Amino acid sequence: MSAGRLAQAGLVALCALPALLSVGRLWLGVADPADYLTRQSGWWALTWLIATLTVSPLAVLLHAPRLIAFRRTLGLTAFAYASAHLSVYVAQVAPTPSVLLDDLVGSPYIVAGFAAWLMLLPLAVTSSKYWMKRLGRSWARLHRLVYPALMLGCLHYLWLTKSDYREPALLTAIATLLLAWRIWRWQRRHRAGSVT
Amino acid sequence: MLIRLNDETAPAPSEITPEALWRSRRDFMRTAAAGALALWLPPALGAPLKASPGPFRASDKPNTFDEITHYNNFYEFGSGKEDPAQYAGRLTVRPWTLSVGGHVQQPLTLDYDALFRIAPLEERIYRLRCVEGWSMVIPWVGFELAALLKKAQPTSKGRFVQFVTLERPAQMPGQQTGLLPWPYREGLRIDEAMHPLTLLAVGLYGQTLPAQNGAPIRLVVPWKYGFKSIKSIVAINLVEHQPTTTWQSVNPREYGFFANVNPEVDHPRWSQANERRIGEFGRRPTLPFNGYAAQVASLYRGLDLKRWI
Repeated sequence: MSAGRLAQAGLVALCALPALLSVGRLWLGVADPADYLTRQSGWWALTWLIATLTVSPLAVLLHAPRLIAFRRTLGLTAFAYASAHLSVYVAQVAPTPSVLLDDLVGSPYIVAGFAAWLMLLPLAVTSSKYWMKRLGRSWARLHRLVYPALMLGCLHYLWLTKSDYREPALLTAIATLLLAWRIWRWQRRHRAGSVT
Repeated sequence: MLIRLNDETAPAPSEITPEALWRSRRDFMRTAAAGALALWLPPALGAPLKASPGPFRASDKPNTFDEITHYNNFYEFGSGKEDPAQYAGRLTVRPWTLSVGGHVQQPLTLDYDALFRIAPLEERIYRLRCVEGWSMVIPWVGFELAALLKKAQPTSKGRFVQFVTLERPAQMPGQQTGLLPWPYREGLRIDEAMHPLTLLAVGLYGQTLPAQNGAPIRLVVPWKYGFKSIKSIVAINLVEHQPTTTWQSVNPREYGFFANVNPEVDHPRWSQANERRIGEFGRRPTLPFNGYAAQVASLYRGLDLKRWI
């Protein structure tokens, strides 16, 4: 097995770890499974999404373009945790669909979270090499959806927090930094382009 | 009437608590013992309390002892739901002093043992609805707040009742942070405080309160959102003007003084139309005044409940 493949396998194991630990904890017993699953899956979905977006800056800053190979695994992991998060919610409202209407009207953070998941969905579907080739230049344009998805994810987390903003504020600050770095780079490239 | 500590002649918990509840606690203790490997902190077992079945026994199935003691909002021990269960064991409740003062004819200072002798203890099964959208059903042991207030004899200037929680950062790690302005404060209008539903709880499931549930004495106002039911009370003051409460001072737009459970009025950021019972996955409709409208709606006649949250 090449070093690259070994690293990929290690990353996949790392990505699965929080899910395995959560299931273990659930099996040992938690006071309220629905709340535990919701919090764990949601927190990790946002964290993996942030991890996905740290790959490019790290590759540039460390002059290590091979790091980009890990981005897809991280992104798909974020989508998997987000889908688990959504599934726990759907399981809650499915028996009484009128509740969904109450939530959509009265709980805007749920709308924000659902919109974020909807944006990640086409990115997960088109994450394969096949779709990269097939979409060509549009692939990169489509995958810019990850930025609004990240912003909506942060908004979702901030919006539902009652008063202890320490964790959502930290994640939002990191996300903002990652987006700011990209804007800074685009502007620089744009300016450089217009001069020549 | 008395709490008897370490007394072999004390009644067995099965004589006090309904059989089914008692069994569920036995089951829990067995699971807790089996789950020691599970990093699951076994709850500190309280002293048994002698209580007679009181009125207002909700027909809903009570939550289990481990649900009630491991899913708590008690920011004095941290903002996580399992923080209180993890950290509240440090709290020493003996000795304890509860003072009753302000506009009363008879100020009182009560020590730990006196808390259990204010009035005969009753068991009442109340629904508890948190402003966050979840609910529980809890078999409390306690007595009406009115019994204590009558002993203190409020004067005509005692129009509101203010409650204050213990402030002891050395044992309450949440108080070492700026999560909330400490100490936690709550308040009721005098007619709400004198209402027969308003309980001072000293126990649950037939034993003294676990620290994470507000030991040694807490308020229970079942028709209001849970944050009104202040825990670990050290002071009760009769005051002339409506006191400012902690959540009101933090965010007056979101948390009002009355905080009556009302499915018609959403929290500014989330729906209050339904709730999730702890331990369940689905949702159930939230009832006006948490199902106690027949008892308390008359207290708010003429008050615009959309405005006075």
